[in-house]
Amino acid sequence: MALRDSPLWHLTMARLRSWLREPEVLFWSFGFPILLTIALGVAFRNRPPEAVTVLVEAGSGAESVAKALANDKQLTVLTVDHREAARQLRAGLAALSVDPGPPLTVRHDPTRPEARLAKLLVDNAIERSQGRRDVAAIANQTVDEPGARYVDFLVPGLIGMNLMQSGMWGVGYAIVEMRSKRLLRRMIATPMRKSDFLLSFLIMRLVFLLVELPVVLGTARLLFDVRIQGSLVAFVAVAVAGALAFVGLGLLVASRAKTTQAASGLMNLVQMPMFVGSGVFFSIKNFPEVAQPVLRLLPLTALNDGLRAVQNEGADLLGVLPQLAVLGGIGVVTLVLAVRIFRWD
Amino acid sequence: MDLAIDVEGLHKTWPPEVHAVRGLDLAVQSGECFGLLGPNGAGKTTTIEILEGLVTPSAGRVRVLGRDWAHDADAIRQRIGITLQHTYLSERLTVAEILAMFQSFYHSARAVDEVLAQVSLHEKRDSWFDRLSGGQKQRVAVACALVGDPELLFLDEPTTGLDPQSRRQLWDVIADFKARGRTVLLTTHYMDEAERLCDRVAIVDHGQVIALGRPRDLIAEHVGGIVLNLTTDQPVAIERLQAVATASRTRVDGCQAHLTVENLAAAVPSLLTELGQAGIVLQEMQTHQPTLEDVFVTLTGRHLRD
Repeated sequence: MALRDSPLWHLTMARLRSWLREPEVLFWSFGFPILLTIALGVAFRNRPPEAVTVLVEAGSGAESVAKALANDKQLTVLTVDHREAARQLRAGLAALSVDPGPPLTVRHDPTRPEARLAKLLVDNAIERSQGRRDVAAIANQTVDEPGARYVDFLVPGLIGMNLMQSGMWGVGYAIVEMRSKRLLRRMIATPMRKSDFLLSFLIMRLVFLLVELPVVLGTARLLFDVRIQGSLVAFVAVAVAGALAFVGLGLLVASRAKTTQAASGLMNLVQMPMFVGSGVFFSIKNFPEVAQPVLRLLPLTALNDGLRAVQNEGADLLGVLPQLAVLGGIGVVTLVLAVRIFRWD
Repeated sequence: MDLAIDVEGLHKTWPPEVHAVRGLDLAVQSGECFGLLGPNGAGKTTTIEILEGLVTPSAGRVRVLGRDWAHDADAIRQRIGITLQHTYLSERLTVAEILAMFQSFYHSARAVDEVLAQVSLHEKRDSWFDRLSGGQKQRVAVACALVGDPELLFLDEPTTGLDPQSRRQLWDVIADFKARGRTVLLTTHYMDEAERLCDRVAIVDHGQVIALGRPRDLIAEHVGGIVLNLTTDQPVAIERLQAVATASRTRVDGCQAHLTVENLAAAVPSLLTELGQAGIVLQEMQTHQPTLEDVFVTLTGRHLRD
């Protein structure tokens, strides 16, 4: 039988068409992760160090002090009167204030890190202006490596979260809706093979992956220069294993639920711990030591860890074997269990 | 002649204790259009779903096309077509896509466009399912049942909720299918539908067949003559009705009275005389040719759509 006449082809195409013809589903699949990447990537971008504001109190000599301080680009210098300087210091609007004296006096609160930094810069600038010579030459090198930024941490987490959400909703919700409207019942009254039907969902998810990965990774590369340091094969393998695990979980959640409301509740119950505990937005190292072995067994944790290991630490296939094992294991167990207890009408 | 459907002593109990089917027997010949008639809750849908292999009977013997669901489920599914009471199909697929998918499940199937022409939906082949009217959706459902080229067609209340034109279109499709020598089993609570389409009907009540036969024979046997429904200003004594010329099957229900007469011309003057002697005023009188509805009322004392 030609591929295009096979039931599996028709069932898979039916899934893909139903999915592509829902604009809101398309938005949640692609638009949302891209917007989230952009928003969070911009909010948490690495900024150049900000200048520290220091005050010079008006009076004789204020002008030459202000000029000396202005030579350092890390300082923003404002000349104000004594009372205004005291007010701004109290309000934390400036880090430090200089009274040109005599004697030249610096007022600051040394418990504030910013004030201590300002003190060093001000001391340095004034001494230099009065003829101090540096005794050692120190070369500077700036560190801003791709792979270590927040956006590099975020993108794999968003891909993982999206695979979980669209996987569980795309499979689970669709099946429960078909059951509650008795379409499943109509389907099994035909000679259709049940395995073809379930397989079509898995294939649909893999096709989805083929579209989603380039879109999200391409956006991240274009806007934030996010690159995969490790093997692309390993990255795709982890993503496929993740898709499998969430198809399995989606099927399991949908295997007996009779209404879409019941399925939604179940799905949120399964997803909520992973939103919080699987390191989508922050590292799971923030959780207590004892919780971490458990968190690492969650499918989304394994997925995120695996994607990050490949993308940011340059891992290859061998390096993500533990994550592949966890995801594959969850996928197989949930699929087998779901097929066993599946309710067709 | 072969039996397309052969059922003996069928029982189905839904937990905890709804006894939906209680000892039902059925024998449908190949090539006939057979109707299961009865009020809601009579067990029609449970029976048809057992025959479709969707529900497992609690007891009884069921053979469909000479085969057994327990051993030959796939072979039976290849040769039957069904519509459920309400058919929902994927909203965002076109009519042709839905039919091509159903077609792919069958070894020997008919061409999609040929089936669409048969149900007069050729113009809608590229429309999404959710853009169709109720009647068009129902015809898509029937097309899904026909596309596998079935020998036996199950239709569960195929025209419920449809407008008169859609109903007639579906009747034509069913008649056409039957004209090819195929077998149809349908459930309905529309008497005109059963009388028009069905070679034989079984009237089902409380999970049992209470009457079986050709519509005309059932009417002649259980009702006969002409039915008179009367409304009077006070209840009529039943003896007065029984005294009316050629009357039979008399029934009084408050100020409503019912009787069947052989000879209308003789009966009406005699009825008016009886009422006049009792000082009863006749407020309304209807006569009609008896239908299967009257058969059901005669047998159960209830109306079909109560």
